[in-house]
Amino acid sequence: MPYDERLVAPMRAELTRFGVKELRTVAEVDAVLGDPEGLQLVFVNSVCGCAAGSARPGLALALQHATRPAAVYSVFAGQDLEATARARSYFADYQPSSPSLALLQDGEVVFFLHRHQIEGRGPEQIAGELKGAFDQFCAAV
Amino acid sequence: MTVALEGASGRLYVGRYHERTARGVVLHDLAVHDPATQTTARGEWIARLRKFGIPVEQRTSMIPTDEAGSVTRFTEYQLD
Repeated sequence: MPYDERLVAPMRAELTRFGVKELRTVAEVDAVLGDPEGLQLVFVNSVCGCAAGSARPGLALALQHATRPAAVYSVFAGQDLEATARARSYFADYQPSSPSLALLQDGEVVFFLHRHQIEGRGPEQIAGELKGAFDQFCAAV
Repeated sequence: MTVALEGASGRLYVGRYHERTARGVVLHDLAVHDPATQTTARGEWIARLRKFGIPVEQRTSMIPTDEAGSVTRFTEYQLD
């Protein structure tokens, strides 16, 4: 059952204020992931405090890096159920976990960060790993 | 926290640690490697979980105290 939106809204804003576009419907997901071109980052947001509490600020830090994907999206697991399921269908080889993050190049996963790789790590550590991936796969924007 | 729990039986349990009680260790969302029934070598199985994530075979399970051995963060778990 989804949480009260008043609880979740700050967790959405924690990302959207850094330019992350939320995908809240199947149509919105399909509109961007159904026609893949270039590099796309999809963050699976979560209310999970132990992991998402570090993942969101970690992603926010990473998005201030000189190289970053131009297209950055999020879906909210446990909240926007259909949109999340649809987004996961675009990286279906990867087991669902939240939070998690997929970096897709022309629709193919080139980097994936699972929840078990986020747990117990601070925002700086997560940002460092993401910046490494951005440097590897992104052209400077 | 996602952990790897070594079983006295030779099984390896990978899942989210919940608690240790007098009866055993409770894990959520776990996958189990049982060398008695699986043809995939443990190293290959672990590598697959690390790359593609943990396929949930059981939502919650209590690993009995006499089965539950060492518990290690999954990201730090290494085969002997």
